[in-house]
Amino acid sequence: MQRVIWRLAVALFLMGLIRPVWAQEVVADLSDHLIAVTTGFSGTKLLLFGAIDGEAADVIIVVRGPAEQVVVRRKDNLGGIWVNRDNLVFRGVPAFYRLASTQPLKDITTSRVLARHGIGLKHVRIINPAGQNGDLSEFKSALIRNKQRIGLYPEANGQIALLGNRLFRSDIFFPSNVPTGAYNVTVYLLRDNKVISAQTTPLVVSKIGVGARVFAFAHRHSALYGIAAIAIALFAGWFAGAIFKRS
Amino acid sequence: MQIYLPIAELSVNIFLFLGMGACVGFLSGLFGVGGGFLMTPLLLFAGIPAAVAVATEANQIVASSVSGALAHWRRGNVDIKMGGVLLLGGFIGSTLGVWVFGLLQGLGQIDLVIRLSYVVFLAIIGGLMLVESLRAISRQRKPGGKRRKLHQHNWLHGLPFKVRFRRSKLYISALLPLGIGILVGILAAIMGVGGGFIMVPAMIYLLGMPTVMVVGTSLFQIIFVTANVTFLQAWQNQTVDIFLALLLMAGGVIGAQLGTRASAKFPGEQLRSMLALIVLGVCARLAYELLVRPDDLFTIGAVVGHG
Repeated sequence: MQRVIWRLAVALFLMGLIRPVWAQEVVADLSDHLIAVTTGFSGTKLLLFGAIDGEAADVIIVVRGPAEQVVVRRKDNLGGIWVNRDNLVFRGVPAFYRLASTQPLKDITTSRVLARHGIGLKHVRIINPAGQNGDLSEFKSALIRNKQRIGLYPEANGQIALLGNRLFRSDIFFPSNVPTGAYNVTVYLLRDNKVISAQTTPLVVSKIGVGARVFAFAHRHSALYGIAAIAIALFAGWFAGAIFKRS
Repeated sequence: MQIYLPIAELSVNIFLFLGMGACVGFLSGLFGVGGGFLMTPLLLFAGIPAAVAVATEANQIVASSVSGALAHWRRGNVDIKMGGVLLLGGFIGSTLGVWVFGLLQGLGQIDLVIRLSYVVFLAIIGGLMLVESLRAISRQRKPGGKRRKLHQHNWLHGLPFKVRFRRSKLYISALLPLGIGILVGILAAIMGVGGGFIMVPAMIYLLGMPTVMVVGTSLFQIIFVTANVTFLQAWQNQTVDIFLALLLMAGGVIGAQLGTRASAKFPGEQLRSMLALIVLGVCARLAYELLVRPDDLFTIGAVVGHG
């Protein structure tokens, strides 16, 4: 009897292990989970690939950068000069936001569904400044517009190639000014206007190499960094003078 | 070829910045000026954040002043006592300036203050230089013009704390060079300049120093004041980008040598009016950006001190 129970337990355990794999309608991974911002960094491209369960469906990929605080300032004309006047601080702003989909979003699902999942530039999740009533939409759309201008919220949707309703792949571009930090890449599977499955993969963007060490040094030992900068300048100036005096 | 600047946090073209260093270096060699007041606006035009541009330019000026200062030192053209008083003022002014800089950065007004200071100073300096050089050119055509007195006595000589400066053959109030030093220190911190363009005329016309001592003494003061600015900016605001500074230094050194050689081939007054036009051009561009309604009234920025 004990043996039967034991076997049953093992069987249940195995089923437990196996079941989610069968139930998982989407699996995806990135070609790399680390983007190294080195001294020669000028942007990069990652490949996101995965599989779905074989029935006709749409896939949306959203890359979200680490949350940051952003101050949005509005200029006003003060005596003929354009000066920063009002400002608002938004929290939880994704430092980077990029979207790719198999079709234009409006052909995939309703804007209610998109809003619920924070998909699309219109629905980026941003925490409003505390204690601010009144219309923030102007500031909020300015925030997104400015992010777009510096290439951190690319407007054009990336393409996802879907092969035989089973395999999909998409290239994700990251510009040279990509912010560092912990990213999330989420793959949504949609069918009949509904999100039926989602999977999130982590991605780290990190400064690596000499530049990273310089940055860390400048922030951790700022006084020493200042002294080093002066020493380098003094030496460079003296060295240049010495060389050109001889020639 | 791109290089990622770790403090400015952006990727730039190496040759663009080497070229900018070389051009400004060439002009500073040609005209015998520091070049900070041209380089900082150029960095702003190239998209370097204002705070990084100013702090990094101070670092570069340390390098570009050293060889000149050493040369003057060897020839004995540095008035240490005068330089020391100017320097004391410079330390006070630049420390104050860096503190104000950090304050303005928090308020989101540092860009405006930097640009406004440039518009005002470039307009004054460029205008004066242009008028002066045009006058000199017309004077050359009419020989026998009036000669100006080098050293006039006025109310400035009635100030207390009189000190004898043997090297410069002056007996004046120490408050004068101290005040000049403070002013130049503030400018160095906020505008990322050595301040030679203010200090040299002030030393000649206000203090009445012999011209031969002026350049060496001002370079002596500039090295220490810009070093102080570099240190404080790096320490308090973390805005000194050593990679950017090295690019500008490398370009600047070569440009300055070529410029010095070229300067022998050009007549001085024409050179000065040319420099005046360049200065006024940069001034006009900065003023235009302040006066014309921007395409987007909104800007975004990171919140300093919070993730």
